[in-house]
Amino acid sequence: MKRCIALKAVTLALIAAVGQSASAAEDTIKVGILHSLSGTMAISETALKETALMTIADINAHGGVMGKKLEPVIVDPASNWPLFAEKARQLITKDKVAVVFGCWTSVSRKSVLPVFKELNSLLFYPVQYEGEELEKNVFYTGAAPNQQAIPAVEYLMSKDGGEAKRFVLLGTDYVYPRTTNKILRAFLKSKGIADADIMEEYTPFGHSDYQTIIAKIKDFSAQGKKTAVISTINGDSNVPFYKELGNAGLKATEVPVVAFSVGEEELRGVDTKPLVGELAAWNYFMSLKNPQNDAFTKMYKEWAVKNKLPNAETAVTNDPMEATYVGIHMWKQAVEKAKSTDTDKVIAAMSGQTFKAPSGFTLEMDPKNHHLHKPVFIGEVKGNGQFNVVWKTKGPVKAQPWSPFIAGNDKKKDEVVASK
Amino acid sequence: MKKLLFALLLACALPAWSALDPAVVHKLADDDSDQKIAAIQQLAQSVDPVAERLLKALSEDGVYVSGDTVFFSEGDKPVDAVTGKVIATPASNDSISINNRVRGVLDGALAGVKLFDPDAAVRLAAARALQEKVTPELIPLLTRAAKAETDAKVAPVIVQLLAQANLKNPDPVARLVAVQALAESASPNTRSLLLPLTDPATEKDDKVRAAAQTSLRAIDGKLAWGENLGRVFTGLSLGSILLLASLGLAITYGVMGVINMAHGELLMVGAYSAYAVQSLFRHYLPGAIDWYLPAAVPVAFFSAAIVGMVMERTVIRWLYGRPLETLLATWGISLILIQGARTLFGAQNVEVANPSWMSGGIALLPNLVLPWNRIVIIGFALSVLLLVWGLMNKTRLGLFVRAVTQNRPMAGCVGVPTQRIDTLAFGLGAGIAGLGGLALSQIANVGPEMGQGYIVDSFLVVVLGGVGQLAGAVYAALGLGIVAKFLEGWAGAVIAKIIVLAIVIVFIQRRPQGLFALKGRFADS
Repeated sequence: MKRCIALKAVTLALIAAVGQSASAAEDTIKVGILHSLSGTMAISETALKETALMTIADINAHGGVMGKKLEPVIVDPASNWPLFAEKARQLITKDKVAVVFGCWTSVSRKSVLPVFKELNSLLFYPVQYEGEELEKNVFYTGAAPNQQAIPAVEYLMSKDGGEAKRFVLLGTDYVYPRTTNKILRAFLKSKGIADADIMEEYTPFGHSDYQTIIAKIKDFSAQGKKTAVISTINGDSNVPFYKELGNAGLKATEVPVVAFSVGEEELRGVDTKPLVGELAAWNYFMSLKNPQNDAFTKMYKEWAVKNKLPNAETAVTNDPMEATYVGIHMWKQAVEKAKSTDTDKVIAAMSGQTFKAPSGFTLEMDPKNHHLHKPVFIGEVKGNGQFNVVWKTKGPVKAQPWSPFIAGNDKKKDEVVASK
Repeated sequence: MKKLLFALLLACALPAWSALDPAVVHKLADDDSDQKIAAIQQLAQSVDPVAERLLKALSEDGVYVSGDTVFFSEGDKPVDAVTGKVIATPASNDSISINNRVRGVLDGALAGVKLFDPDAAVRLAAARALQEKVTPELIPLLTRAAKAETDAKVAPVIVQLLAQANLKNPDPVARLVAVQALAESASPNTRSLLLPLTDPATEKDDKVRAAAQTSLRAIDGKLAWGENLGRVFTGLSLGSILLLASLGLAITYGVMGVINMAHGELLMVGAYSAYAVQSLFRHYLPGAIDWYLPAAVPVAFFSAAIVGMVMERTVIRWLYGRPLETLLATWGISLILIQGARTLFGAQNVEVANPSWMSGGIALLPNLVLPWNRIVIIGFALSVLLLVWGLMNKTRLGLFVRAVTQNRPMAGCVGVPTQRIDTLAFGLGAGIAGLGGLALSQIANVGPEMGQGYIVDSFLVVVLGGVGQLAGAVYAALGLGIVAKFLEGWAGAVIAKIIVLAIVIVFIQRRPQGLFALKGRFADS
């Protein structure tokens, strides 16, 4: 019986899909959205799906791309890394999408890479990551380590950042924090920080009891040198971590914590009053004041209310959402320049594309290495969950996907090599 | 309003004397942190009450610039920072932002002002706050405060502050006195201040170095106490959480023998009840928001109990004696409940705030802060344990539950309504799980999948403690908590988790019946 229903459902879906594509093939361009809408990553990725849909609706309202409307195809890879590859293949071969916007964790990106290479399709990846990758079929609109992690540590070592001399590298136990901390350790050594002044700690995914870690940090900071914590904790573990930090009375003026994966969205679930002064490094903050950002945040808030998203009245924007928005617009510009959605033509047209982004700067896609030139901001948490920018670069910074602080990277070429 | 008028009158009567220096006030708006800090330090020396109000507003992000006017908001009214008078709302405003460095100086300045407060408690708090921020610039202020101080509790703290400030005094005698005075301290901060004085490279005077060594040893002794107490406390806290998470299961699985894979979701129901009650309070009783938690206790208990009883009546009842089917069916129920929560409350975690009386902590020793939420949860775990123990051992219901689980046909024969008892007992276990969820909402994330993280730990506790024994669950939870915390301090969270699981596996192999085994003729039925 169950099988019967399932079969019917599949048949119906197929009929609907075929009918749709038959009628729509002429005047629309299909684009894929590959973000987890269930499972552990849904917390972060749902907002990216909404941003993508909003941007597509906005582009369509302004005449579409080359006169054609964009048609989003949404799939749910459910925070299941192998399923990402399966869904990506389905988007490219069955739905025939021109481009895919998606992925959050590095492990999901690694999972879909072979599919995009094999089928020669396009992926726009909107999240800051650990670098060590350069693929012809991917455009990275998030930050590489030198656009986020390194400037943040330099700030901590500066006078205004507190002249930190001891560092706690605290992270969730997987590839992104491990690689980032490897780079940071090498960087700190190059600045004359001894190994004894660096403490590295990892917790499992979903860890919720940070009492011991905080006690360790307190102990480590009482050794006569100014201490700072660099946090690469990912996902919802951040909430108990920051709660414990507030309750234990470890203030930002004594031991500041700078985080690379904590933004406005993550702080929605936390009372930020005890956390005033804790830091985060990103390429965009919702609190930036410029006309592009005003328009962007207004557009998203209206979208949230119109589509009745949960807690729409407190909707916030964050860095990966901005990167998604920029990515879709740049792709549109490249398609219009190439006058085609063909992968190779679009890749060629992408190089050197510019876009006036909500960060207030005109971002440029590097002609060679598929990464954006991005400005870096360091913000302090305010009592209302927003960030107050305390330091920023003068202008956009070129990405170094191959960090010079990892041995052997000096021989790698900072450009995409056409693979045949 | 009267006060305000009075202040206005005062301001008018003494115009030349009471205005702040506009040049200093404008320096606050400078982009350079050095300028800001200089201005704050100058303002802190000022005797004008406007200076204190201005600094307080600055620490709350409430100082703005509009053209040439610097003003701060006080009770929604703009106040001119130079004169301290209420002014018309300026056309534009740019908030003056401060960073951590400036905030540190500002906190110190504010605390310095409070050292002269008439209330001794305020002075004590201010002196404690200053401990991390003492600089040589504060010496004149501290000397003044030390002279004026009469309270027996506050005076020694100020003496210590003065000693801290004197550590960088060029006069070796002053340094020696300071170092010796600091031996009384037990703060990790003093330790880091003294460390450089033991180093021949930075401290040339032999006597001072020796005294610093002695003081350091005295402080280290006190610090070690704090650390060990802290470890035991974190272990107790983790143990109490494990206990709360598994007590419900100790009834449904331990006593009744139902392998309930939806136990974690019953915890989730309890946690979401806390969220729902909090939302109701926010909406209808915003004044009493701090007391939503006590009100949520019965709600969490009964909503989880009702879910449990419905589960028992509709599904589990038909599967008694078939553990494998029960396992699968309850797992299915858990998925339904997760998806239900997602549909009702959204896939994102929801915010359950600590009431203000549960935020922060009590500083037992300078390096040992016990967070209130943990203390409350330990107390809550004890009272829930007492409740369960009383229900199971002192009431008719408890007697019936024990009778039915030990010998169902015989209990039925003597007139115990066995089916109703099953439902009630399962409801009780579910309700207790709801209470556990309520406690978890105060320290962990509340989301649809939160229960998944606790199901393994809960079974671990019940199996380790010995199925069928409440006392076993208590010992197992506390034991696991303390062992896990000591291992974590030594080997890190990831390794500690592995070691704990390995220990439990070895233990269960050696002693499959758990810590406490049922004895007598029902032992193996």
